[in-house]
Amino acid sequence: MSGPLLSARGLTKRFGSRVACRDVSFDLWPGEVLGVVGESGSGKTTLLNCLAGRWQPDEGSVSYETAAMGTVDVHGLSEARRRLLARTEWGFVNQDAREGLRMSVSAGANIGERLMAIGARHYGDIRRTSGEWLDRVEIEADRLDDTPRTYSGGMRQRLQIARNLVSNPRLVFMDEPTGGLDVSVQARILDLLRSLVDRFHLSAVLVTHDLGVARLLTHRLMVMQGGVVVEEGLTDQVLDDPQHAYSQMLVASILPV
Amino acid sequence: MYVAVKGGETAIAHSLELLADRRRGDREVAELTVQQIDQQLSLAVDRVMTEGSCYDRALAALAIKQARGDLIEAIFLLRAYRTTLPRFGVSEPLDTSRMLAERRISSTFKDVPGGQMLGPSFDYTHRLLDFALLAEGERPTAPTAPSDTSPELPRVGDILQREGMLEPPPAEGSGEDLTRAPLTLPASRPVRLQNLARGDEGFLLALGYSTQRGYGNNHPFVGEIRFGAVPVSFQPEELGFAIEIAEIDVTECDMVNQFKGSHDVPPQFTRGYGLAFGHAERKAMAMALVDRALRAEELSEAATSPAQDEEFVLSHSDNVEASGFVQHLKLPHYVDFQSELVVVRALREAVEARRRQAGLSQAAE
Amino acid sequence: MPDGAYNYAYLDEQTKRMIRRAILKAVAVPGYQVPFGGREMPLPYGWGTGGIQVTAAIIGHDDTLKVIDQGADDTTNAVSIRRFFARVANVATTTRTSEASIIQTRHRVPETPLSEGQILVFQVPIPEPLRMLEPRETETRTLHALAEYGVMQVSLYESVTRHGRIAKTYNYPVLVNGRYMMSPSPIPKFDNPKLDRNPALQLYGAGREKRIYAVPPYTSVKSLDFDDHPFEIETWSECCALCGSSESFLDEMIVDDSGKRLFVCSDTDYCEARRK
Repeated sequence: MSGPLLSARGLTKRFGSRVACRDVSFDLWPGEVLGVVGESGSGKTTLLNCLAGRWQPDEGSVSYETAAMGTVDVHGLSEARRRLLARTEWGFVNQDAREGLRMSVSAGANIGERLMAIGARHYGDIRRTSGEWLDRVEIEADRLDDTPRTYSGGMRQRLQIARNLVSNPRLVFMDEPTGGLDVSVQARILDLLRSLVDRFHLSAVLVTHDLGVARLLTHRLMVMQGGVVVEEGLTDQVLDDPQHAYSQMLVASILPV
Repeated sequence: MYVAVKGGETAIAHSLELLADRRRGDREVAELTVQQIDQQLSLAVDRVMTEGSCYDRALAALAIKQARGDLIEAIFLLRAYRTTLPRFGVSEPLDTSRMLAERRISSTFKDVPGGQMLGPSFDYTHRLLDFALLAEGERPTAPTAPSDTSPELPRVGDILQREGMLEPPPAEGSGEDLTRAPLTLPASRPVRLQNLARGDEGFLLALGYSTQRGYGNNHPFVGEIRFGAVPVSFQPEELGFAIEIAEIDVTECDMVNQFKGSHDVPPQFTRGYGLAFGHAERKAMAMALVDRALRAEELSEAATSPAQDEEFVLSHSDNVEASGFVQHLKLPHYVDFQSELVVVRALREAVEARRRQAGLSQAAE
Repeated sequence: MPDGAYNYAYLDEQTKRMIRRAILKAVAVPGYQVPFGGREMPLPYGWGTGGIQVTAAIIGHDDTLKVIDQGADDTTNAVSIRRFFARVANVATTTRTSEASIIQTRHRVPETPLSEGQILVFQVPIPEPLRMLEPRETETRTLHALAEYGVMQVSLYESVTRHGRIAKTYNYPVLVNGRYMMSPSPIPKFDNPKLDRNPALQLYGAGREKRIYAVPPYTSVKSLDFDDHPFEIETWSECCALCGSSESFLDEMIVDDSGKRLFVCSDTDYCEARRK
């Protein structure tokens, strides 16, 4: 692989007269986890949705280097190809796990769905693979046949992660993956994410308002304010020595634990 | 020795004869005439014409007689008949401002040009069963207005619209016709209105009611309800100009709803519209409430309630479809049930077998 | 209204033309649901108006029509539809499968193998195989266009998880010509194998939902399953009490108060022929 895995150039998205994100450009390299931090309204979720092909930007482009078919313009793809990409080479972890799961089918079916969607037809094999992934995300094996309705919030998030990773994606988008969870639960899920990213050489774009999450998981960081990237750099550098006034304010307001 | 049951044809013939007998009822009692139904059960006739999508009082009355008073059955009869009618073309849009109104009210203003005409309505009655109606006999004729009363009734909506207070009515539709082509979603507003006009009054009433109770409230006011006769104009190819071919009674309801606007766009009230054949205010009003609710997306409102769910409302509003499918459960389904029996029995055996096995292994310990 | 006032086979020629165009599109794309402008018919929705409209559009003076419901010619619905066509199309009718050119059916495929030139018209209540998994037509339309059928395979997985086997019994989903997922109508899964590469033309009509679809002769129709939970048809330990068949679909009759049961062929014509 010669070039960046994901590239954004001049991404701009408006809602009516409001500019949600303006002129965002960056490259994401294989194996990198890029964090996008800012408060609510900073445009980071809009950016993520544009990158993942869910929303159409008004200006700019997103290109992605596929596994076997060269570089593609994400928004120039047919809907069929974009949806296929989203189910195979990409993952998307929602803040609310319910949006990324089928709540009334078993965990095994949830994890196995991507496999079945690309043609897996052996029940025993699918079930075994689902079981392996359940184990990797540290959910007890005897919960395989339960539906996520019976799961706690933390377990649902783990299941959502498993459901995404079963197809061995190369790029994972994450929208506040630990938002809304208890602090202790958050810590365990962050650990899990970090080990999975390492183990499976994942690349990721992670959106969060929580600088602690950014510190733990990301290599590089982009700070957004009012739809614009105001600072970027290596995570440790940005957090230890913020240059922009807004970044400084963000860092200063982390409560010491 | 089991003998297969035959004789379905004979059973059906007998059933039809029984039905005809029940329809007639006690022979000592005078037979209903179609004219009596048209005149004295006229609101039933109005409903059958509206939901049957066919303006013909005699046919609707006949359908009601044949259906023994079951209005949904009568609507079905009229629709099936309509299928066989040749189509000459499409009329000009009805101009309800030319209506010779028997009744016209507005709730948005105390008084309006042309006045509040009460006309014939249950609204001012006390709902006390009138046992005098048990006896037949002549009633005094109703008083009528002096003949110099102007028939021109400017629309309340037009007045508000001229001031910019009310959004203009929508542009003309493209002539899609649900009786000729299947419903496609998302639907345009004209198609939605056609679907609602043909839709079951009870269903729309419940949905409209739900919006008033908070399931997608749009703050309705009755801008105007008018009921009366309007001319139907049609332009035959050979003539090249329009001629009046009929006069029909319609009820029209203009709702004035939640205003829309913002910091930069001056707010305006929005509209809901309902139309029915004959005198049918409940239907026209319910239709207007649901019409407005279904405009949620167009007006950038959150669509969270059943009345605002286009696919749900339009797919289930047709009572002929609904009645058919609900009642089709009476048809034999024993083959599919047999399939289910086979599987359920096998599954039960499997559960029993597992229990026995578990019992054996426990006993062995 | 005298019958002479109706057009041949009840529908006017424009409507028949519209339906035939829909049928041609359906045959050209096996298993794909073609929307059509269905009309109100003299029988209620749910009683076979789709099948009736398809038959009315294709039937002619030279045809011989057989109508069955639950496999039998004399159930009330079959009788009613046969009488309807006898009246409005003045066409010959038969109960013998081998003698019919058009067979309209509800919930069964005849046991007697069909041949080239015959047309099987199915009455369909819910044409969308994914409907119970996804109620929105706007979404199922997209799933078909993109051949995204994962949600159905998930439901089969779930069935095996819960019951130890695929517990679907009728209206068992199939893949047609390797491309479109189709509902074969509520025939028992017992009949699914008959659809595969059948020499006859299969037409499916859903009147209330206003969809027509088709399987041309000799087209592959494969029932969905798992490699380790392959598709299986129903079996009985009994055989037909009248003709002795152990290969046909059997109706179960309760013959007395104590629950004594008898099993008889559902296909009345097949059973009668075996007894001659």
